[in-house]
Amino acid sequence: MIGSRSNRGFLMRMLLSSLLRRRSRLLVALVGIAIGATVLLGLVALCHDIPKQLSQEFRSYGANMVFVRAGGVGRLSMGQLEAVRAALPRTGLVGLTPFRYESVRSHMVPYTAVGTSFEDVRKTSPYWKVEGGWPTDEEGILIGEDVAMATGLAPGSPMALDGRNSEQTRYDKEMRVAGVVSTGGVEDGFIFMGLKAMEDMTGEAGVLDLAEASLMGADEGGGLAAISGNVRKAAPGVDARIVTRVSQSEDRVLSKLTSLLYLVTFVVLSLTMICVATTMMTVVLERRREIGLKKALGAENSRVAREFLAEGLLLGVIGGLLGSILGLLFARLVSESVFGRPMAPGLHLIPITILASAIVAVVACLLPVSRAVDVEPAVVLKGE
Amino acid sequence: MTNLMEIEHVSMIYGPLKALSDISLSIPKGQWLAIMGPSGSGKTTLMNIMGCLDTQSEGELTLDGMVLGKLGPEGLTAIRREAIGLIFQQFHLVGYLTALENVMVAQYYHSMVDESEALEALDRVGLAERADHLPSQLSGGEQQRVCIARALINHPKLILADEPTGNLDEANERMVMDILHKLHQAGSTIVVVTHAPEVAEHADRVIVLEHGRLISDTLTKGNGQGEGNAKAVGKAVDADKPEVEEDPSIQEAAPA
Repeated sequence: MIGSRSNRGFLMRMLLSSLLRRRSRLLVALVGIAIGATVLLGLVALCHDIPKQLSQEFRSYGANMVFVRAGGVGRLSMGQLEAVRAALPRTGLVGLTPFRYESVRSHMVPYTAVGTSFEDVRKTSPYWKVEGGWPTDEEGILIGEDVAMATGLAPGSPMALDGRNSEQTRYDKEMRVAGVVSTGGVEDGFIFMGLKAMEDMTGEAGVLDLAEASLMGADEGGGLAAISGNVRKAAPGVDARIVTRVSQSEDRVLSKLTSLLYLVTFVVLSLTMICVATTMMTVVLERRREIGLKKALGAENSRVAREFLAEGLLLGVIGGLLGSILGLLFARLVSESVFGRPMAPGLHLIPITILASAIVAVVACLLPVSRAVDVEPAVVLKGE
Repeated sequence: MTNLMEIEHVSMIYGPLKALSDISLSIPKGQWLAIMGPSGSGKTTLMNIMGCLDTQSEGELTLDGMVLGKLGPEGLTAIRREAIGLIFQQFHLVGYLTALENVMVAQYYHSMVDESEALEALDRVGLAERADHLPSQLSGGEQQRVCIARALINHPKLILADEPTGNLDEANERMVMDILHKLHQAGSTIVVVTHAPEVAEHADRVIVLEHGRLISDTLTKGNGQGEGNAKAVGKAVDADKPEVEEDPSIQEAAPA
């Protein structure tokens, strides 16, 4: 027992001596393995992180779920909005924005006024381009670009609005243009005001026409459909519709990109494995004389092979550890330079990468070692 | 005296080349045997067969009563490990291991490592103080002494030395020969392959090979007679022996 322990200790001493005292030779193999591990961990980390990052990017294209009155007739109540909010997942909810539409007039010209929450709109529709500023008080409104062109109004201008509520009671109010919004869509023809301001102006409170939600990271695996089903159950009378234009293109782009990344990872990994195998083959074949000597001293083929595989394993572990650190830095650098956001450190990938590197190094050693241990010691020691 | 090794009608054939031809020899325990002969005479081939590094094409070898021809590669490996100590002309030390570790390698493959015993072996060859040096930090003579310490560490029955002083200067050659003398006095069986008559003169017995054939087998009796015999051996090596039959079908033997 003591003997086998001291022999194991001597084996480790030989392996470390080989690694430390044959630096120049083994450095090449170590660098090869470390580069492979760097690429592997870097790309896998990116494959893992890019969908999250892109999902965040996609949120700038607007809401991916709309809530309306079931059957399309009638309005939503504030109670229903709260029920919807409660049914949505806390994580991944970028924003939930209410919208109420009213017909108003300004100097006898009809317009559509939209009551909303500017704070939420900025989250769910980050693509809105606002010239001037966002309203900061209840008199402040945003007018669409087309409205600004038709009326000649600019940020800071007063705008008189009037209309009739559902009970045909007439109302009028003077608002102030805080900014001009342009989206390239129907919003350019609307006048936006705070929901509270609209309720005060019309004298009617507690109703909505629709609400939009922007949900992040819920598109994979039919997540949005499940959320939609949950909302329908939790908020009776509410129809939750997925904005397929956004969610499907998001799904498509993400799935194509992820496939591409995995393909690139596979190709790079294969090339790295070939390089590592070639390097290990050279390293092993260079040591044929040492193998011959060990056999001459009475080492069995299997014992010599195990020593070389253990050396490969040690190289794989060290190279894998180095590569893991470099790979995380590489992935972080790519994430920051492409998306402008640091990626979450994928520390759980480190043991997987070390294991993969160790397997690659050992597999790469198998063929050259199995050939090298067959050498005739007499021939090798003679220098032939 | 009991024979340690019996070589009976051993031949080694490489395709059309006959490196050894019908060699028969008995080596008693404790004998110091020198194998001489010109390059290509088959000396190293014979030593490789005696050291189980190679297997003869014909004939039989017995080591301490064990018939080697019946053993497979694994059995021959075990014999090398258990019974043979090899000393090489080129030393063949592992470059990344220290002198001490090079000796311990032989222990490692034999049974179990014992650092103090390995250090003692280095001490016996006068290298205890250089135990932590790498081969590249040792002179040729020192490397050869490490090689000898490695060969002796497992107390082999047979020590085989292939040109042990071939790469050494005179001072180191003397030192190595002194070590071999001490081993011989302690009862070790030694076989030395050499070109040099001054090395062979230390042996109890000198055989000469030429073209793979045994052409001379001279028994000497100690160093007092060794010189004369070595001179005779030198003549035997240089002489063109007409009595040795040449087989026209056999080409020049493989290099020794």
